[in-house]
Amino acid sequence: MRLPPGVSSKNFASALKEFEGAVGADWVFTSDDDVDLYRDSYSPFWHEAEEPVPSAAVAPDSVEAVQKFVRIANRYKIPFWTISTGKNLGYGGAAPLLSGTMVLDLKRMDRVLEVNEKNAYALVEPGVSYFDLYRHIQDRKLKVWIDPADPGWGSPMGNSLDRGGGRTPMRDHFDAVCGMEVVLPSGELLRTGMGALPGAQTWQQYKYGFGPYVDGLFSQSSLGVVTKMGVWLFPEPEAYLTGTVIVYKRADIGPLVATLAYLMNSKIVLGTTTVGSPLTFARQDPQLAALYAKPGGPSTEELEEFAREKNLGFWSIELPFYGPAKVVAAQWEHAQEKFSAIPGVKFQDGPMRRFPLDAEAAASAPFPASVAMGIPNLAVFGVGSTRSQGHLWFSPIIPMTGAAVLEAQQAFTQAYRDMGMAMGPMFFLGPSSNYPRCFLVLFGFPIEHDVAKNRTNREHFKKLIGVAAEHGWGEYRTHTAFMQTVSDVYSYNNHALRRLHETIKDAVDPNGILSPGKCGIWPKGMRKA
Amino acid sequence: MRAKGTKTLLAVAAIAIFGTQVFAAPPRDDSQIERGHKVYQKWCYPCHGPGAGHPGTASLAARGQKPAVLEERADLTPPMIKTFVRHGTSFMPTFRKTEISDADLDAIAAYLTKSGKP
Repeated sequence: MRLPPGVSSKNFASALKEFEGAVGADWVFTSDDDVDLYRDSYSPFWHEAEEPVPSAAVAPDSVEAVQKFVRIANRYKIPFWTISTGKNLGYGGAAPLLSGTMVLDLKRMDRVLEVNEKNAYALVEPGVSYFDLYRHIQDRKLKVWIDPADPGWGSPMGNSLDRGGGRTPMRDHFDAVCGMEVVLPSGELLRTGMGALPGAQTWQQYKYGFGPYVDGLFSQSSLGVVTKMGVWLFPEPEAYLTGTVIVYKRADIGPLVATLAYLMNSKIVLGTTTVGSPLTFARQDPQLAALYAKPGGPSTEELEEFAREKNLGFWSIELPFYGPAKVVAAQWEHAQEKFSAIPGVKFQDGPMRRFPLDAEAAASAPFPASVAMGIPNLAVFGVGSTRSQGHLWFSPIIPMTGAAVLEAQQAFTQAYRDMGMAMGPMFFLGPSSNYPRCFLVLFGFPIEHDVAKNRTNREHFKKLIGVAAEHGWGEYRTHTAFMQTVSDVYSYNNHALRRLHETIKDAVDPNGILSPGKCGIWPKGMRKA
Repeated sequence: MRAKGTKTLLAVAAIAIFGTQVFAAPPRDDSQIERGHKVYQKWCYPCHGPGAGHPGTASLAARGQKPAVLEERADLTPPMIKTFVRHGTSFMPTFRKTEISDADLDAIAAYLTKSGKP
């Protein structure tokens, strides 16, 4: 049997017996076959000894059982890693960061406790998936939308706590959190915000309660186990309209993004859009391929000339509008007026979809419009190669400016060249407005079942973290394999923020049992001097 | 060392060598098949349904699997199904027992291997 770090086999055996008493013998997993199900299916350590492998897993189905488990784990000083639906693929899956750490699997806690249509919120348990919450709402014909992550098997709670992003006006998932119930490392139960008031009637309607606002401490966190969470929903709009803006010069990126930022900050455009380039889809064209094969790649003039010949734009964005049909039509008209300041700009009207969709239209909605309409699915897994073995996401945040887009393009293209890597086409699809006032850029790193390739990929990944940091860009979230490296670059004033995190960690979790190493925060006994 | 991929390969190899003959078809159990249908709809259909937007189907089609939709296949066996669910393959991850219990997995297998598929 695998052992947790620093725990004797005798003590572990005793603890497992007590865990069985707390959660039921059927829900304590110790055999290799069962525990292997908690390994990261997209691990960058395939066939390597460094792969973090848990020692055991437990799956309680109630808050009381979670409290019992945590108290026992605290007494035996057994570290554990908490998962909700466990499908955090690309960022670590269900696996812990440190080998031997147990997994606390909350998938069985899958109750939708409330959906309030009038005030547009839900109260959910950790194991509820986007699919589950969507079905719950559809079955009751409620007029509210969820905002799913692209993979619909994710957890509204888990994704929000990991500060994931979606596509509708509620796309900043942590921003949509309102009220938590948390089991602390001591086993004590607390409720945040208005939940601290016994009998509170506004736990899911007013976030801040009274006194210091602590909810952020439980995101990307190793300070507590969140067992209930409020999430704000979006009232089903009358219509969803898209319109595409196309510009023809590389330098047009400046006014294009400036106008987009104005419209988003004015809350005229509310939703995720991506700065793309129609040239991306022409990369297989022999003429363009020849330009890219030249030493140093194509010049701006050559790319613009190619785009002109092929009647392609250099940049494009598809704007989403949500609301009454008359209003979204007016918003699109207003947006066109603003973008018309860019010489040569062209516009394409997208479809005006009206709600509710019938079941067939909802089921057949193409990705990513489906997710942008609050319909969860798994179509995103079809975006990469059909022969993919999985992926990792390198995901820096850059400013929402055209200059930053060009700087990132130059910096990462150069970094890829320096590392001898082929620059994939994903970058041009990258800068996305999943969060207000900034762009999220996503680079998909393939997982290989090849030790040498994975080692190289890991080194490249770490180099990109460094390149980003040199430019003042940091990752919003990362795979467990890179949490330490990312934490290391958030180093302002000799890591003042990490030292504060460590101070809080030591106070709240003195035995260091919750998710050791998560986001670079280690318990005192495991911390490097 | 990671053994998951090796286990999957061995299981698939065994299926390839022994075919389906070693797995005697159990007697038809309609309630089990109905349960399997429900579990399949929840856990498998989002990736393996027909048409666009189902990456599992697209991946199998790209590998030349005909038919690519699992519900249309006649060559699936319970061990094959259980191996893929518990060990994953390609970009399909493993599924834990808190997601698909052993009993639910038996039901999926019954559903996908029932005779006279729709």
